[in-house]
Amino acid sequence: MIPPAFDYHAPRSVGEALSLLGTLGSDAKLLAGGHSLLPMMKLRFAQPAHLIDLNRIPALRGIRDDGGDVVIGAMTVENELIASPLLRAKLPLLAEAAKLIADPQVRNRGTIGGDLAHGDPANDHPALAIALDATLVLEGPRGRRGVKADGFFVGPYATALADDEILVEIRVPALPNGTGWAYEKLKRKTGDWATAAAAVVLRQAGGKVTHARIALTNVGPTALRATDAEKALLGQPLSDASIAAAATAARAVTDPAADLRGDVAYKTAMAGQMVQRAIRAAAARCA
Amino acid sequence: MAKKLISVKVNGRVQDKAVEPRTLLIHFLREELNLTGAHIGCETSHCGACTVDVDGHSVKACTHLAVQCDGSEVLTVEGLASLAKDGGVLHAVQEGFYKEHGLQCGFCTPGMLIRAYRFLQENPSPSETEIRAGMAGNLCRCTGYQNIVKAVQYAAAKLQQTEKVTA
Amino acid sequence: MNAPTDPTLLERKDALQGLGDSRLRKEDARFIQGKGNYVDDIKLPGMLHMDIVRSPYAHARIKSLDKSAALKVPGVIAVLTADDLKPLKLHWMPTLAGDVAAVLADGKVHFQMQEVAVVIAEDRYAAADGVEAVVVEYEELPVVIDPYAALEPGATVIREDLAGKTSGAHGAREHPNHIFTWDAGDASATNAAFATAPVTVKQHLFYPRVHPCPLETCGCVASFDPVRGELVTYMTSQAPHVVRTVVSLLSGIPESKVRIVSPDIGGGFGNKVGVYPGYVCAIVASIVLGKPVKWIEDRVENISSTAFARDYHMDGEIAATPDGKILGLRVHVIADHGAFDACADPTKFPAGMFHICSGSYDIPAAYCQVKGVYTNKAPGGVAYRCSFRVTEAVYLVERMVDVLAQKLGLDKAEIRRRNFIRKEQFPYKSPFGFEYDSGDYATALEKVLTAVDYTALRAEQAAKRADPHCPTLMGIGLVSFTEVVGAGPSKMCDILGVGMFDSCEIRVHPTGSAIARMGTISTGQAHATTYAQIIATELGIPSEVIQVEEGDTSTAPYGLGTYGSRSTPVAGAAIALAARKIHAKAKKIAAHLLEVGENDLDWEIDRFNVKGDASRHKTMKDICWAAYNNVPAGMEMGLEAVHYYDPPNFTYPFGIYLCVVDIDRGTGETRVRRFYALDDCGTRINPMVIEGQIHGGLTEGFAVAMGQQMPFDAQGNLLGNTLMDYFVPTFVETPHWETDHTVTPSPHHPIGAKGVAESPHVGSIPTFTSAVVDAFAHLGVTHMTMPHTSWRVWQQLQASGVAL
Repeated sequence: MIPPAFDYHAPRSVGEALSLLGTLGSDAKLLAGGHSLLPMMKLRFAQPAHLIDLNRIPALRGIRDDGGDVVIGAMTVENELIASPLLRAKLPLLAEAAKLIADPQVRNRGTIGGDLAHGDPANDHPALAIALDATLVLEGPRGRRGVKADGFFVGPYATALADDEILVEIRVPALPNGTGWAYEKLKRKTGDWATAAAAVVLRQAGGKVTHARIALTNVGPTALRATDAEKALLGQPLSDASIAAAATAARAVTDPAADLRGDVAYKTAMAGQMVQRAIRAAAARCA
Repeated sequence: MAKKLISVKVNGRVQDKAVEPRTLLIHFLREELNLTGAHIGCETSHCGACTVDVDGHSVKACTHLAVQCDGSEVLTVEGLASLAKDGGVLHAVQEGFYKEHGLQCGFCTPGMLIRAYRFLQENPSPSETEIRAGMAGNLCRCTGYQNIVKAVQYAAAKLQQTEKVTA
Repeated sequence: MNAPTDPTLLERKDALQGLGDSRLRKEDARFIQGKGNYVDDIKLPGMLHMDIVRSPYAHARIKSLDKSAALKVPGVIAVLTADDLKPLKLHWMPTLAGDVAAVLADGKVHFQMQEVAVVIAEDRYAAADGVEAVVVEYEELPVVIDPYAALEPGATVIREDLAGKTSGAHGAREHPNHIFTWDAGDASATNAAFATAPVTVKQHLFYPRVHPCPLETCGCVASFDPVRGELVTYMTSQAPHVVRTVVSLLSGIPESKVRIVSPDIGGGFGNKVGVYPGYVCAIVASIVLGKPVKWIEDRVENISSTAFARDYHMDGEIAATPDGKILGLRVHVIADHGAFDACADPTKFPAGMFHICSGSYDIPAAYCQVKGVYTNKAPGGVAYRCSFRVTEAVYLVERMVDVLAQKLGLDKAEIRRRNFIRKEQFPYKSPFGFEYDSGDYATALEKVLTAVDYTALRAEQAAKRADPHCPTLMGIGLVSFTEVVGAGPSKMCDILGVGMFDSCEIRVHPTGSAIARMGTISTGQAHATTYAQIIATELGIPSEVIQVEEGDTSTAPYGLGTYGSRSTPVAGAAIALAARKIHAKAKKIAAHLLEVGENDLDWEIDRFNVKGDASRHKTMKDICWAAYNNVPAGMEMGLEAVHYYDPPNFTYPFGIYLCVVDIDRGTGETRVRRFYALDDCGTRINPMVIEGQIHGGLTEGFAVAMGQQMPFDAQGNLLGNTLMDYFVPTFVETPHWETDHTVTPSPHHPIGAKGVAESPHVGSIPTFTSAVVDAFAHLGVTHMTMPHTSWRVWQQLQASGVAL
């Protein structure tokens, strides 16, 4: 219940934060929403000597339109995603999926950046970012760089973010009109991590699927892009057969860890179920 | 690890205190300020018994550091009655919980009240489904939630009525 | 009782807000303003904080323990181990079940998270740091998790402290890991019934281990005053007087100098009955250090080490006729009690009231046997709104009746009709010796079936079963339970030798208000309101001015506390009878004031009228004043009474619950479409309070049946001991509850009330199983073990070949 003692820093700019990160190195942890880190510290699973609080850096907040892309500050909290008129218009998948994360209080603190940077395979934003072809913008002593979400997540709690970098914003191409989208998340109860979840973005033209992105949550060491499942849909009309084929292909890439939510067989099967349901829900939204 | 000086307005009153960085907001409120309304029911941020209102948002005080509240405004259940619009002794949410039997042991109640208060600011005319989703960060073991839903509906109606009268 | 039709009489009755009124609660004001007084709210000058070092291993020897680093942590004052408790002979303590339990591990640990040492510090942060700094070296021992394996020859011995003891508190021990064998009923008559019965069914039923998990964890503030030699301890206790007696016996401090105070308690549910090592250590620390010591456990500690519930492995058998008339019931149980038998049962009943397992049915021959077993898990067994194992008993019989119905192709409602104890048979002597006080099961059943349109539901289910494309499986669960509560008659029921009576003391003041104190303690059940309502009707004083006080052993009369739904049946009776003593005295005073004989008076709501001339009357208010200045010659002044009530029998509330579920064939998720709960608790003191109790109990039952579990791996690690995994449903998962009632008063209770708070928990759990199994019944499934998580249900979908 009681975290071990630490020193606390509240920088006012990204530069100041980076400077602290550089000086303190592995003795320090970045504090975003705190709803992953603080519980770990209270259970004494994590014992950083320093916390660098990112909550007082205005440059890390805000959602803006930037020439066809939506740019989301890394410290944007989940409830801000849900309420954003810009997201509701241009990236409704994000605004809606955020409602399935945690609970109302946690959503006032939990950030999209923290959710992505933590590298927890159970978090939801990685699969959403992959499905939306997002680019994660990192800033460090060597400057700024963008890394595609599809490729950012390397392993459990391991991402492309270097130890001396901070995730500052997420850049997402706005969904063209007529795009269908869905996030189907099976969970034991409200607030739980996914037993299995699937994010789908879909476009159809002339009765055929022209664009499909399918990404899975918590059924592998990282969020997974189900490329073969996408291929099972592309270039043909959506049908029970193609949807079933997509589910089969999705199941084939999963590598879930057995836990109290389910064994490997169940989680694998549920990945398939969520993919099917997400494809159907996305299709229903296709104009 | 040196203490930090913080200045935080709690229930309308500025508190200038020195705290360890690791001091959780819930302990700051309960131990330092003797505001024992908000309770501790778990250590994994699930139960919501510690819910308070920080700068207009519902926050679990067990997963928030006191140092993070420097310059912030915090509302706890002890400050709720002072926000009653019609000059009543109790806020509409408090009255709702009383009238609709929305509490039994009372342990989850302060967290529920503060969350309900903010929820109704966010959504003044909620459906039952919206109430259940909006309060899903607060656990109760005694009531089965059904009367709490009615309590929130009572408060919503009363607040709408008071708005009409004062408008 | 019927409402008067005369409007002025009705007005006077309503003004009392007495028995039967859904009056709002008197205690709410402090809770809705954040001014409750829970144990962790209590701060005493100079108070220290205690935290506990716990074993990470389920079974291990302690090779060494090094306090030195802990003692150097700033703010840490002391570290106590078993060695410090030995001179006080407190390193082990007696349990309520006739066993002994370690207070601090003495050389070995028996379950994961067992208490090994305590750290006392100036504040809770330093205490936590101190706990981290204590270094303990363990040598792991083989772990025994399975109670069946525990009983095998050559199994690892868990309780080395009991070596050589071939008998325990409940008779002979047949194995080092065996605790007791207890039985009830008539074995030979039952065996004979089975030998000749045309139909027999058998089913293994495991009732998994779960935990009550009240929102407030356990804790205490112990404060020993070395100057006065007095000990006061604020404690999360459902039985403060029993704790006082135990503490006095253990510490040697006379009971008159021990004060236990149960202040506001954030939910009990049986988790707060026992005396935990944390309490003992805090008390010892306070005595040794001469300062108040606070101990509040974390959630992980609460789930991992305090009183768990169930863990009953039951083998049920029914013998019957081809048309479903039950001829015999036979039950064998292996009861996993963990490492110490710390069950809070009445002394003579190591399996509690499990022998209520003949249920609502007229069964001629029955036998049950329970074997208690030690394993390397936390101690306990009786908790969680169970009425002393009635949860297990009702689960057993209701599942068995369903299994029989399924074997014979009989409808679940019909088989119950055929076997119900009939209204005319009450008071009914069960084959296990219980004398059921009253009941009318058939009427209640018809009321429920009509309300839900049972016929239409079965038709809908049939149509869905005929449609291979239906994406869900529909199930209908039905339970008709009878509970036994209100422990209990002292010749049968005692806790550590103290008979299970309860008490009430009422003192009425000259200006017409009153203070009443009882030996029970509310943990949310609204005693401050309902008890006042009983007195209000008996005495004609408004409940609004009757102050109820409980929980302070220095002022409240001795009682056995609140658990097993005993408050209304036992304390409620004491309250009514104490009030009637005052009523009788008031009548004499009224007669004196009106200068008539007592026989010339009629009682009417709030006054005594002269028979035939209501204009001549004295209200209770008049009498209250007179009691202090104008009483008949030879009568003492004052208006007060005490009653200690030894109940003549238990009470037997009952209910009919029906549940409709739809199971998603793709994911295994179960949606509760409808839950209809009819309860009969006899006289209903406050319908609003009852309804709230039912909602709460049904929700706990839903949690148990659909998601709660305490899984252990082979090393005895408890998996999922936080609220991330231990399923406590939110607003979103919790179904909508429909409640209904019938009223069949208890003939032996002064106000006919039976108690109700545990019924919804006891009855709902088998209802959920009944519904889920019913969804698969057409595929030959007879039982599914709880919890009915989506994963487990999906496994059944797979096994039955109907997964999508």
